[in-house]
Amino acid sequence: MSAAAARLSTVADALNLRARRSRRRLSSPWASLTAILIAALWTLPTFGLLATSFRPQGDIQSSGWWAVFTEPRFTLDNYREVLQAQNSGSSLFDAFLNSVAITVPSVLAPLSLAALAAYVFAWIEFRGRDLLFVIVFALQIVPVQVTLVPLLQLYVKLDLAGTFWPIWISHAIFSLPLGVFLLHNFMKDIPRDLLEAARVDGATHVQVFLRVVLPLLAPALAAYAIFQFLWVWNDLLVALTFANTSETNPITVALANLAGNYGTSWYLLSAAAFVSMLVPLVVFLALQRYFVRGLLAGSVKG
Amino acid sequence: MVTTEKLTQMVEGLAVFAVLVGLVLAIAGRAPRAGRSDDRRVAIAFLAPAVLGLLIVVIYPAVRTIYESTFDADGSDFVGLGNYATIFTTPDQIIVLRNTALWVILSPLAATSLGLLYAVLVDRARFESFAKALIFMPMAISFVGASIIWKFVYEYRPDFAGVNQIGVLNQVLVWLGGTPQQWLIESPWNSLFLIAVMVWVQAGFAMTILSAAIKGIPAELGEAARVDGATARQVFRRVTLPLVRPAVIVVLTTVAIWTLKVFDIVRTMTGGQFDTSVVANEFYTQTFRSFNQGVGSALAVLLFVLVLPVILYNARQIRRLA
Repeated sequence: MSAAAARLSTVADALNLRARRSRRRLSSPWASLTAILIAALWTLPTFGLLATSFRPQGDIQSSGWWAVFTEPRFTLDNYREVLQAQNSGSSLFDAFLNSVAITVPSVLAPLSLAALAAYVFAWIEFRGRDLLFVIVFALQIVPVQVTLVPLLQLYVKLDLAGTFWPIWISHAIFSLPLGVFLLHNFMKDIPRDLLEAARVDGATHVQVFLRVVLPLLAPALAAYAIFQFLWVWNDLLVALTFANTSETNPITVALANLAGNYGTSWYLLSAAAFVSMLVPLVVFLALQRYFVRGLLAGSVKG
Repeated sequence: MVTTEKLTQMVEGLAVFAVLVGLVLAIAGRAPRAGRSDDRRVAIAFLAPAVLGLLIVVIYPAVRTIYESTFDADGSDFVGLGNYATIFTTPDQIIVLRNTALWVILSPLAATSLGLLYAVLVDRARFESFAKALIFMPMAISFVGASIIWKFVYEYRPDFAGVNQIGVLNQVLVWLGGTPQQWLIESPWNSLFLIAVMVWVQAGFAMTILSAAIKGIPAELGEAARVDGATARQVFRRVTLPLVRPAVIVVLTTVAIWTLKVFDIVRTMTGGQFDTSVVANEFYTQTFRSFNQGVGSALAVLLFVLVLPVILYNARQIRRLA
């Protein structure tokens, strides 16, 4: 075994060496310049708004953000004001809390429901199983828009309007087709022997699910959780439809309202935008590895 | 005070949900009678919440919307395909269709080619993962946030003496000797400036998938071609591109699907004014602003019909890749 490993690592070294050599040959000044140009185009707009969010209101009105390089003046006033500001009856801080209150259940609920369903689709045989799986998977094609109005009427009839329930339920169920599909893909890769051994030893399905499958599934669950987190936190349409009161609206709705009502108050808009981006950016950068893995599993595997 | 109230509501929601899952596990977890399998009971219990949820929250409303699309604005009179006729004959709506076509053609092409170009350029470069993170980052930002970032790039100040431009695009134009423009006003060019935001967000996705595909190509292939005297460009055209073609198609179709469904960018940047509306935004405007439920439903169904073939094609390509 160690001999094989050693051989593998020699091959890897050789490949690396070759890769390094070919890198030197491939990279021309033009290639580097193009890459730098694209990278600048992709980062400067964000940087510009970030710099603006820390500039005094007067400066923002009178000069562009690039002026920070010649006359750097910074303040936290914009953030202070936007977190306390009374736009449409609630501050951005309230909207931030709403986002948290909306997102946590909207991620945990579909995660567990999808895991339960995926377990059945992967490991329990019954008549019509494959057809049911295809139907669940195929529901991904239904755009959210097609469901909104009748669903809103349903929530009103059930007297749920104005609470978090409509948006929790909607987000949780909308994401099930993708979630079941993703988790099912990962679950199929667990060796059948492992589960069968546990079953033969007298474990029930619930025990196998909780003690064997869930721990093995952790990376897939992480990937799905990040997807769903980013989707829910950044969503505007579902929130506008189901959580559009000042007690329930998340930060995207508050931000969109701010952009609509105070379209040129850049000192407020810039700070508000970064308050809304902070959490997803941190989560994203910290857990990028899982996100990329999920992305590749979702669209290249299948 | 309000803070704790919201968090209490959240904990309550989580508790209700935990009880539901607990119930499922309890029903499924009862030991089977001797000699009999518990497969059936477990399957039903585990699937019930998901299947019932999808029936009530997705299937029923979708069918209902198709039905509503054949009724007039307040849903009282049957109009047959009248709402669809409105979408395809009213001048305003034809502009919406034109814009949607622009979006769905341009944004996948631009995002995919930029993503591919960048993936090739930084492949095996020294700062590869850092360089990739820069392009990737917009994916974590909401479309609303991205729209605000770009609205600031396009910001316009009247061209008077002593007035400084604060939008970087107009400033660059001024530095080059031009006059500042109101980028979001003039149709149909304004749609291109909105599409740029979508491209900015999606290029990172394209780059990630395509970069993985490129790394899947054995290094020897490119090496051999180089030894035979091929230039870097020839290697890309003759070796790399044909091998990543299936991945390129998956990325193109995936971005096209997202593009059709996205309404946030148009909503935040122009609200659909200045002839910039697209089907997804027009659905929202007709349904929740003009209270024309008939046309709104018809637009939602149209969106469904537009997305359908792309998704089916996409699914076939993904299966071929696997």
